[in-house]
Amino acid sequence: MSNFLSLFLALIIAAITYGTPLLFGTLGEILTEKSGNLNLGVEGIMFMGGALGLGGVFYYEKAGGASGFAAVGIGILCAFLAGALASLIFSFLTITLRANQNVTGLALSIFGTGVGQFVGEFMRVRENGYISIGNHLKGFFQNSPFPGFLQKIPVVGGVLFGNSVFFYLGLILAVGMFVFLNRTRAGLYLRSVGESPATADAAGIPVERYKYLATVIGGGVSAVGGMVYIMTIAGCVWNHEGLSGVGWLAVALVIFCMWRPLAAIWGSVLFGALMILYLRLVLPFVPTQLYKILPYVVTVIVLIVSSMRNNKEKQPPASLGLAYFREDR
Amino acid sequence: MSHEKKTPLIRLAKRDGMEGWKVWCIRAGSILFALLLGALVMALAGANPVTAYGTMISGALGKKSAIRQTVKIAVPLLGCALAIAPCFKMRFWNIGAEGQITAGAIAATYFALFWVDRLPSPVLLVVMGLAGALAGGVWALIPAFFKAKWNTNETLFTLMMNYIVIGVVRWLQGGPWEGRKGSQIIPQFDSAACLPRVLGVHCGWIIVLVLVVFMHVYMNHTKHGYEIAVIGDSINTARYAGMNVGRVMMRTMFLSGAISGLVGFIVASGANNTLYDGVAGGVGFTSITVAWLSQLNAFAMVGISGLLAVLSKGAETLQTRMAVPTSISDIITGILLFCMLGCEFFINYKLIFRGAGKKEARHE
Repeated sequence: MSNFLSLFLALIIAAITYGTPLLFGTLGEILTEKSGNLNLGVEGIMFMGGALGLGGVFYYEKAGGASGFAAVGIGILCAFLAGALASLIFSFLTITLRANQNVTGLALSIFGTGVGQFVGEFMRVRENGYISIGNHLKGFFQNSPFPGFLQKIPVVGGVLFGNSVFFYLGLILAVGMFVFLNRTRAGLYLRSVGESPATADAAGIPVERYKYLATVIGGGVSAVGGMVYIMTIAGCVWNHEGLSGVGWLAVALVIFCMWRPLAAIWGSVLFGALMILYLRLVLPFVPTQLYKILPYVVTVIVLIVSSMRNNKEKQPPASLGLAYFREDR
Repeated sequence: MSHEKKTPLIRLAKRDGMEGWKVWCIRAGSILFALLLGALVMALAGANPVTAYGTMISGALGKKSAIRQTVKIAVPLLGCALAIAPCFKMRFWNIGAEGQITAGAIAATYFALFWVDRLPSPVLLVVMGLAGALAGGVWALIPAFFKAKWNTNETLFTLMMNYIVIGVVRWLQGGPWEGRKGSQIIPQFDSAACLPRVLGVHCGWIIVLVLVVFMHVYMNHTKHGYEIAVIGDSINTARYAGMNVGRVMMRTMFLSGAISGLVGFIVASGANNTLYDGVAGGVGFTSITVAWLSQLNAFAMVGISGLLAVLSKGAETLQTRMAVPTSISDIITGILLFCMLGCEFFINYKLIFRGAGKKEARHE
């Protein structure tokens, strides 16, 4: 029995590791979609975040930096800026120039994966074939920030205190976003922009400003997810194979958790578990590859059920994906 | 004066319509601008932009074999853009072409692998094509059904359907259809199941060109096309006119998925001669941008898909000759799309500056 328990705990810890990049990707996209912008460029944004985050830390270390705190900060900053810049392109095209959101998002996906791969590949060639972070700094990205004795608490120690620092940052961010969206005036305004921009505009809320800010910050947060993937799961090495598909999974997760930041926490751990379950729990009658489509199947079911039940609380933002032009009536 | 101050610096007004040549000038200008930005990227990467573009063009169009490769890239892009056009005309955001291609390819592959001994080659190819179209159509019908019945968000639904069917291919690759044990590869098709070549390229290009004409006629000169246009403009008008909106939606999506499925068959049988999880390889997404940038005009799609194919083939040559990573083609494609998306704004709207009215008044 204890063997089973330890296996289960190991699964949870691994699920958290794989879920953390998704958590960031999803939280960013929730913020974006709450403003009514459907940014399908998350995949590209996360690629850019991954490549530029890794690049930032790599050159920091190369310049002689050894402070783990600074390295993590630089990683987050570089990724965030990359994502914010990418989303700024998206915002400019869809909000100011009124381009179609779906098409612009897909274009951003193509552009972002291109930039990510280009930067990753370019650095690899320039640095003679190998980009990697030293073990000292790697530890700050991958190990728990808590002291050893907390992690050694029997049963719950590993799960509660043994995760990378990013999981805890993600938790704080999720709670912060929940408070912002549901307990502050600015959050209320943002939601109203996503539900009915014309009403919000009539009430004197600066619709364009809210859309811009939510999309740009949301994109930055999503990009951090890409960096987290590269720095934790991919082992601080540029790996575009592993990163591909994570962004789309984050888009799926936004639907799965019904645009609620707190639900994104357990949702991302669940999706993380589904991503790795085939390695840990081999069932003779379920082929491993079919495990991997489970997150998407579950998302489709959630989407269908929520549209059938027509529950007012659990719906996409009403104007999601629709452009708003004051002059168009 | 106080009133004057309150008018914003720049105001927007919708244009009623621009002369055709001006519209195309703006579009051509945006492409040129995008290529200039691309040159900047190349310069940053340490390549001389002039030689780099030269290499790309000669790599894509310089030799007969190169042109064949370029056409091979353009065929699925064009076919899929044609498939997407009616959906987008209807404002049904089908971004599941990627999955519909894959579904079509799976069905075609089934016949290629297991019916090759039982049917003569031409019959087999026709059966494969029909099976591909049917599978793609059914795969597209599922989200359309839920959209029609419960108004389920089709953008997100079709997106998820992509990854489900791609996962199925991965399973087939490593499981039931695996060739040599442990290879994770589905065996190559028998030559009887491969599309014959015409002028050195598999004959998919002829099918796609026929589809261009078909789609142009379907969208502009049939009752179906008219219904699609009305629904796209206003669902309520369509309902009031007595159209069965749900049925038109499902019918259009089936057609769209069927064409994508046919493209899947063309790619699997003509280009790859096998099935693997990258059979769609992003074509489903790129073709959406092709369709949109062509203003859903079937003939313009030929040009735009050709342009993107040249970029993508040219980038391969660029990598081998100048050691610039191939992903540069994605970057330039992205920039191109951004510029072309942005330029539509200047075609549809005009900017009025605050001072402009005053100046005109003074002239009077």
